[in-house]
This record gives sequence, C-alpha cells and structure tokens, in this order.
Amino acid sequence: MAIITQNASPDLPPPSSDIGLKGWLKQNLFSNALNSAITIMLLIALLAMLIPLVRWAFIDADWLGTTREDCTSGGACWVFVSVHFNQFMYGLYPATEYWRINLAGFILVLTLLALMIRGVPGKKYITLFALLIFPIIVFYLFAGGRFGLEPVETSLWGGLSLTLVLAIVGIVASLPLGILLALGRRSDMPIVRAVCVAFIEIWRGVPLITVLFMASVMLPLFLPEGMNFDKLIRALVGIVLFQSAYMAEVIRGGLQAIPKGQYEAAQALGLSYWQSMYKVILPQALKLVIPGIVNTFISLFKDTTLVMIIGLFDLLGIIQAAFSNPDWLGYSIEGYAFAALVFWIFCFGMSRYSQSVERKLNTGY
Amino acid sequence: MEQALNSESKAASALAIKLHEVNKWYGDFHVLKNINLDVQSGERIVICGPSGSGKSTVIRCINRLEEHQRGDIIVDGIELSNDIKNIDRVRREVGMVFQHFNLFPHLTVLENCCLAPMWVRKIPRKEAEATAMEYLERVKIPQQAHKYPGQLSGGQQQRVAIARSLCMKPRIMLLDEPTSALDPEMIKEVLDTMVELAETGMTMLCVTHEMGFAKTVADSVVFMDGGEIIETNTPEAFFNHPQHERTKLFLSQILAH
Repeated sequence: MAIITQNASPDLPPPSSDIGLKGWLKQNLFSNALNSAITIMLLIALLAMLIPLVRWAFIDADWLGTTREDCTSGGACWVFVSVHFNQFMYGLYPATEYWRINLAGFILVLTLLALMIRGVPGKKYITLFALLIFPIIVFYLFAGGRFGLEPVETSLWGGLSLTLVLAIVGIVASLPLGILLALGRRSDMPIVRAVCVAFIEIWRGVPLITVLFMASVMLPLFLPEGMNFDKLIRALVGIVLFQSAYMAEVIRGGLQAIPKGQYEAAQALGLSYWQSMYKVILPQALKLVIPGIVNTFISLFKDTTLVMIIGLFDLLGIIQAAFSNPDWLGYSIEGYAFAALVFWIFCFGMSRYSQSVERKLNTGY
Repeated sequence: MEQALNSESKAASALAIKLHEVNKWYGDFHVLKNINLDVQSGERIVICGPSGSGKSTVIRCINRLEEHQRGDIIVDGIELSNDIKNIDRVRREVGMVFQHFNLFPHLTVLENCCLAPMWVRKIPRKEAEATAMEYLERVKIPQQAHKYPGQLSGGQQQRVAIARSLCMKPRIMLLDEPTSALDPEMIKEVLDTMVELAETGMTMLCVTHEMGFAKTVADSVVFMDGGEIIETNTPEAFFNHPQHERTKLFLSQILAH
C-alpha cells in the first residue's frame, strides 16, 4: 500500500517534564530510585564537609589585626596572610621600590587586556610591544641600575612577582622553541631531525628538579673561573629548555593530525616551506592542540615552585619561609590555603581563556 | 577563418609540458614506466585508466609533489630537477585541483584565494581580493566569499578550489580526479566550471573518469595501465575505435555500468 503524506506535520514542543530545570534534575540526578538515593547520600556527605570548611574559612575566621593575639575565634587566622602580604607579593624587594614591580604589573595587565579583548585595534603592534619592548622595560624596572633606578639584586626578588617572572618567561620562550623543535623533528633533513630528537628525549628524560640542581650547583663547576651567570637566569634557562621539550611533543601531535592534502595544496600553490607552515599548517595544528598547550602552560606555572630548592623564593617558597617566623608559628594551613587560591586563580584563568580562544577559532571543520 | 586562426595559434604555441622517458619507483614498486608525453600550450588532455595505473602519479610529478627518479620533465621551458628554485618557478605557473579539494579550513573562501597571490606573487591585498572576487564570479560563488569551506557543499568547495588555483594566474592546470569525491548531483556544476575553463584556452591535464567531459573537451585522451601509457588518441577515435585490448576492456567496464 502506498503512503502519501498530504500535509507536513507541525513541530510540537517537547513534553514539559523533559525541559528546563525540572527536566535537567530528572535526567541527571533523579532518573531512578537508585540514582535518587545516591544523589541524596552524596548531598548529605557534601554538606557534612562543606559546613565545617565554610565555618573555618569564613564564619569563625579572623580577618583584621596585626599580631597573632588578634586571632581568638578558633577559625582561620587570615591575619597571618594580611601581615605578610607584601612579602608574599614582592619577596625581599626593598619596600621603597615596590612601585617598580607595581608599574610592571600594571603594564602587563593593560597589555594582556588589549590582546585579549576583541575589537581592540592594532593587535599586531601590541603583540610586538609585548614580545620585544615589554621584557626590556620589565628587566630594567626589576633589576634597576639604569635610568637612575637603584639596582636590586635578583636574590632579593621573590613572592608572586618572581613566580610570574618565571612563568611568563617560561611560557613565552618555550612555545616558539617547542614549535621549532616539533618542526625539526618532522624535517626531511636527517641532521636537523637527529638534533631535535636528541634534544627532546634528553630534556624529557630528566626530572625538572635535576635540571634546576644542575643549573644551580653543577654548572658553575664546569664554567671557567670568574665566569658566572645569575642564579635566576640559570633557573630560567633550565625551565625554558625543559618545558620546550614537552611543548614540542604536544605540537608534534597537532602537526601529525593535519591531513597530507593541506601540505600538498600549500606546495602546489607555490608557498615556501616557512610560508606554508606559518599560514597553513601551524594555525590549524596549534588550534587542535590548544588543550595540550594550555596543559603544559599550567604545569609549567605550578612547576615554578620547584625553584625553591635552589634557594629562590617564589610565592610558595616565601610563604613557607614565613611559617618559620617565630611570631607566627603554627599557621601553615592558612599559608598553604592562600598559596593554593592564588595558583588556582591563575591556572583557572588560563584554562578559561583557552576555552574562549578555542570557541573563537572554531570555523566548523 | 577560425580554422586558420586555430592552426596558426597551434603552430605558434610552444610545448607546455614535456615528459621524456620518466620512470618512478615507490620502493621496489615500479609505478611509472618510460612515460613520454608532450602537451602543447592550450591543449587539453584527459588521462584515464584503472585505479593504481599511475595516472595521478604522472600529474603529481609535473609539479613535483612526487619526485621522479629517471627521465626528464620540462614544464614551460623549466626543467624539474632538485633545484628548489626551479620547483618554485614551476609551481607558480602550474595550478592544481585535488580530488579532496584541500581548501584551508581555517581561512575564509576569499582568504583561501588570496593567500598564495599575496605571499608568493607579493600582490597587495586589495588587488588580490579584487582578482579573487573576479574568479569567484567566474565559478559562480561570489556570495560565499566570506564563508569558511566547512560551510559549503562539496561541489561549491571544489569550485572554490578551482578559483583558488586560477588566482595564481597559472598557465597550466592539473586536475586530479576533481569530481571523484563529489555526490552525484554536484558533479555537473564542477564539470560545467571545468568546461568553461577549457573554453578560455587553458592548458589542461585532467585525470578523470568522466567520459562525457573527455568527449566534449579533450584534444586527446591518454589511457594508462600498469604504469605505462597504453594508448593515446583523439577522443573520437579513442571511444569509437579503441586499438588495444586493455583499452577495450577498460571502456567496456566503465561504459557498461
């Protein structure tokens, strides 16, 4: 029997129990008796843990004061953090020179905002400024010794500002180096390929702690008499080389995912190797591995805490140093909680920003 | 009159592509065996043959996407050797259209068309965009210029790919099974574009199974099998009086379905 539809059926709305908050709850939390029981049990367990935490951190906490005598209510003593706040931010940097770090931070925030907000004109020039001029400004602001600024030795740098210096230099330098290594590893030229493979495998094969130890303790032994690099620079070079090996492998994953036809189309149009990499292959490959790249950035950011074993006081290092302040013994939980919060804010920020970049770059392929 | 003009231009025309005793191996596998082929400027040649016969490899050797090990390939007077300068010169003069389009998915249609003219020919953006729009009009999709390839149908993507090649103002076009990856209802729009391209007098080398296209457009048909050129003839003779047994078998198989 033939079936002929005379009139198109109208679109009807879905049943009301399947949409909105009610539908979501039913689907996700209370879909059957067992799931409902699990939901309720987990809710009780969550409340049992959250209530004491909130009471300790907020309700019973002491926020104001200048000495440990101000902490009387039995909750968290945030006075510990507020008293040491400047130290946590600036390390042992002389207090009269804080403005230099503040100014550098202010320029950094402005530059990042200008780069991240869509529709800001002249992004090309801002990027050039950020990559070429900004590091010079920051160097002279931090180290001083020129333009009438008092010199400040790197051994006095510390706290969050040191963490940011390590992380930003690490991120900005390891990405291009990683790209070059990844391209080199896929090169047709055997010597280039061998050098890149050896570099990546050697640096990936050792722990970062070893790298930092080597840079700080062993390198000076091998260097000729009288020749010595700043400890911070040695640590930075170690971090950059180490992370670029990881970055290279992440990016290689992206390069391998690009179909051969893209390379061929670029070649057939007459684009040179570097042109086709820059305009065709890398934009696609990097987009594919944004999650992996940001993953590496985040772990780099947290790995900067390892510099404390070579005597540099990053944020975590300076907080731990404050634990041994005889006036403030016994407040390590507050210190670690503060460190965790600061690290989390930066890492979560990177993660969210990467997601928005992914959405922006999505062209539906 | 037209006849005279035609023969005169033919006589004046130079050799666009010359393949002399070209041999190629993939490892131990001898893919191309003594390929000899002369293509006059303005000539349109269709290469056909069963799969694995080496027909794609031949045209991929002409712009050096594949390397040949023995023999000479001379394109537009430039001999293809390991000299990267010569390879770049040849690629600038030779456009290529692929089976799977190979548009750049992260660029819009217009950007796809402007990329090579701007970076290889160093043409200013404005001028490159004007040229690109001209060719997009020619392939009848100017209204899609600001879309991404992922938003277009297969037929539209292939027409963009043709326009992208033409934006480099090539003297020779290589087409590698341009309709094989398309849904049946989209083949015609691409074939129409190819016929129009042929009417402009472009030198074309096309690997295709579209025998209708070969009959209407080609000056000669090359039949390949097992890495060799088995038979070369005018389309009229090729389809009506195939000489070789393998040609007859091939034609019976593709025309019977």
